[in-house]
Amino acid sequence: MLAPRRNAQRQMDMAADNQDNIVIIGAGQAAIQAVQSLRAEGFEGPITLIGDEAYAPYQRPPLSKAYLLGQFERARLFLKGDDYYAQAGCELLVNTSARAIHRDVREVELEDGRRIPYGKLLLATGARVRRLKCPGAELPGVHYLKTIADVDGLQAVFTEGKRIAVVGGGYIGLEVAAVAAKRGLKVTVFEAMDRLMARAVSPQLSAFYAAEHEKAGVDLRLKTGVEEIGGHGKVEWVRAGGQTYDADIVLVGIGVVPCEELAREAGLACEDGIVVDQNAMTGDPAIWSAGDCTRHVGREGHAIRLECVQNAIDQAKHAALAMVGKPKTYAEVPWFWSDQYDLKLQIAGLARPTDTLVQRGDPASRKFSVFHLRDGKIAAVEAVNAAPDYLIGKKLIAEGTAVDPARLADTAIKIKEVMG
Amino acid sequence: MANRAAGKVTYIESTGKAHTIEVAEGWSLMEGAVKHLVPGIDADCGGACACATCQVYVDPEWEGKLPPKTDMEETMLDFAPERQSSSRLSCQIRMTPALDGIILRLPKSQH
Repeated sequence: MLAPRRNAQRQMDMAADNQDNIVIIGAGQAAIQAVQSLRAEGFEGPITLIGDEAYAPYQRPPLSKAYLLGQFERARLFLKGDDYYAQAGCELLVNTSARAIHRDVREVELEDGRRIPYGKLLLATGARVRRLKCPGAELPGVHYLKTIADVDGLQAVFTEGKRIAVVGGGYIGLEVAAVAAKRGLKVTVFEAMDRLMARAVSPQLSAFYAAEHEKAGVDLRLKTGVEEIGGHGKVEWVRAGGQTYDADIVLVGIGVVPCEELAREAGLACEDGIVVDQNAMTGDPAIWSAGDCTRHVGREGHAIRLECVQNAIDQAKHAALAMVGKPKTYAEVPWFWSDQYDLKLQIAGLARPTDTLVQRGDPASRKFSVFHLRDGKIAAVEAVNAAPDYLIGKKLIAEGTAVDPARLADTAIKIKEVMG
Repeated sequence: MANRAAGKVTYIESTGKAHTIEVAEGWSLMEGAVKHLVPGIDADCGGACACATCQVYVDPEWEGKLPPKTDMEETMLDFAPERQSSSRLSCQIRMTPALDGIILRLPKSQH
């Protein structure tokens, strides 16, 4: 690492001078939540946000849903109004990357060499898309979906009649497939596993969603990995499972990887995610981390990495609390959602393959839920167009209440009354 | 055009502190609050009528000027803490010039 060229006394002065400012690397959901929580908790020192995108913090979930569909104007994506930053005393640096953290002198070094001293630092660097590695993956016409810029690039070619090959049958791929089908594109989804959203949902849900996509005209290719993308100077075809499919656009949604390089190069522990404790603190007592970039011990006692709005919000809140000296253990129930067609999927908790499944409601009604029971208690709930089941499920997970599976499955009993 | 302010909305925290915000036409009353320094509306789900954390109490003189609740909003309000007869989910109400001057009171907590 770069050797600091300052003497020890200077270093101590620097640290003391700046102990009242907080620098946040990243300008996404976790970053802005931290700003909001720090101010709500009475922190009055300067806050600097360093973001490498061209935009102020914005919501990502609508990108693959209403925004791609053209039903959500860009201005509404922003998490705060333009005047918020000045009012909140928060300096927002956009189009700015940090290239190093000098922990010994508590400074963040920017790409242009400028150094920003910090009293406390929050790493809210998020995640980046996992890139497809097959031959042809770099051809023009291969798209990813993570940022406003990504969607704007996709919008330009996202027109009726075009053939889109979606690589990956997870949340992003399927949300894009649903929007594409609605907008009249010809959609093929390639998924290497034997079912959709295999990492996230129960087999019941996978089957239900497969049927819904097929009803909308989507060609689903399960157990089919993409082997090659080809064309003359741009995407023209995709080869998968030994067959060739014509395609104008490829959309890759095969997961994300945590942005942990800055932390790792600064000597902080990283294990597929920046390692933090239950107060979102790293091994350095002046540095916290929150959101998609972290690996933390979840409420069930295992080290996990969560890629979701809930974790960004809750972990950032806990980081803010710890930064102002009011630490509180982070043990919130994770929750997720996905919009595909007119189906609102809401999930709370983390399921395991060994859980006992209890279905409530009939999938044919397109309004049902699947509860995952472990040791007689609800460990997770997946609700389709059934927000009350989700809300009650989430509450029971948090409380660790034992439930009667027969009552849970009985739709004659209102979900609010399942506990008797 | 899309950002034309339709009027002012006053949000009053449970402590009595009032915030008056210009809200654009077509935006939800939830968005008007969360995009500014108004604490007290969480809107965990981002406005999808899926979390019941954007509850507001509507001042009586304004109640009749609002569009009626959908079944979905009614169902979700059942899960909002300290629900009152004047409760609405602010993500489900779009700003229009007719709502210029509306007063919304915020619950102590959304959870």
